[in-house]
Amino acid sequence: MRVTQGQFSFLPDLTDDEIRKQVNYAIDQGWALSVEHTEDPHPRNTYWHMWGNPMFGIRDAAAVMMELDGCRKANADDYIRINAFDNTRGVESIVMSFIVQRPAHEPGFRLQRQEGEGRMLKYSTSGYSMDRA
Amino acid sequence: MNAPLSEPVPNLKNIFDEAGVGEVLNELDEELIGLKPVKQRIREIAAYLVVSKARMNIGLETEQPSLHMCFTGNPGTGKTTVAMKMASLLYRLGYVRKDHVISVTRDDLVGQYIGHTAPKTKEVLKKAMGGVLFIDEAYYLYRPENERDYGQEAIEILLQVMENHRDDLVVILAGYKDRMDTFFRSNPGMRSRVAHHVEFPDYGDDELLEIVQRICGRQNYTLDDCATEAFREYIPLRREQPHFANARSIRNALDRARLRQANRVFEQAMSGEAEIDATALTTITAADIRSSRIFTGGV
Repeated sequence: MRVTQGQFSFLPDLTDDEIRKQVNYAIDQGWALSVEHTEDPHPRNTYWHMWGNPMFGIRDAAAVMMELDGCRKANADDYIRINAFDNTRGVESIVMSFIVQRPAHEPGFRLQRQEGEGRMLKYSTSGYSMDRA
Repeated sequence: MNAPLSEPVPNLKNIFDEAGVGEVLNELDEELIGLKPVKQRIREIAAYLVVSKARMNIGLETEQPSLHMCFTGNPGTGKTTVAMKMASLLYRLGYVRKDHVISVTRDDLVGQYIGHTAPKTKEVLKKAMGGVLFIDEAYYLYRPENERDYGQEAIEILLQVMENHRDDLVVILAGYKDRMDTFFRSNPGMRSRVAHHVEFPDYGDDELLEIVQRICGRQNYTLDDCATEAFREYIPLRREQPHFANARSIRNALDRARLRQANRVFEQAMSGEAEIDATALTTITAADIRSSRIFTGGV
């Protein structure tokens, strides 16, 4: 079940060159980049693990690709995404976020039913990938 | 392997003109006085660029050459100045992607405690990617007498990045010749990664005089003829004194002359002895230079 979160998620996986182009675009706009990873693809999981610090003031995509390679090596089976942060006054938020690596197998989500008072059911979803030990 | 004869013959002159290489070389000739080996080396790099472009135009693959450099020479010979220029030169020649220079010394690379060095060095390298990293006084990275020194770790990281990210980063080391030689002897890996060792020769007396005149022009001063003559005599005398630092010593001498000129003009104005006009404010006379202790045998 291919998770479709963030930009470009309906497109085929981005190649390194394409990632570099996107990163260069963000740098040209003056945004700061960061690399994050997680094993839980639930859509409400907003805060992924940060890999290193956000990179303010870097001038070239090679630096980001270097960090990305490091993250890939250390977390080969996690989702990895790149964020771009715009620190213009009044914006101060993430303006780009796209997934750059997915685990080899994306098992999807299960629907959990919780029975309550008077046969009332509460539904929630949780990812199968969180089941691994 | 050979290009088929039906391919168009590459026109090197066109490529030369289009890349703006001639402009870069002319600017270099005008802004830097002397420094023949440096200009020669840059000319060679520029020629290599033109030929690579021609090769690319007819379909031959060209690998980006390694451009890491080491500048050695006595104090005040222009090493730091040229390194700053190098980034913009390489950028205009098309060798680096951006034209920023990150200038660091040992303290920016080496940490104070275990585990501090690697992230510190990596941060610096990330900032420098795409441009030029200039490491001044590089030999301080290596302190063999202190085994708890973390300089070696920084050197290892540098070596790895210099090799693997040749296309992304140009590293320029600079320092005094004898100490750089010691540094390279203890770090053969570093020596083999540095492709260009450029010597910065001491300036000649004429060159130093030209530098003085150029600095004066930039700061809106003029040396009158007697002053120029006095400076011409000053330079060889200063050279014989200890701690001669080429262009820096001469610049200091000029600063002292400006001080004396200011004093002289001030005295003249206060005593009403002379009219102070714009010419008086901008001219340095022989008296301002001859009062130096150099002429009486001191320093």
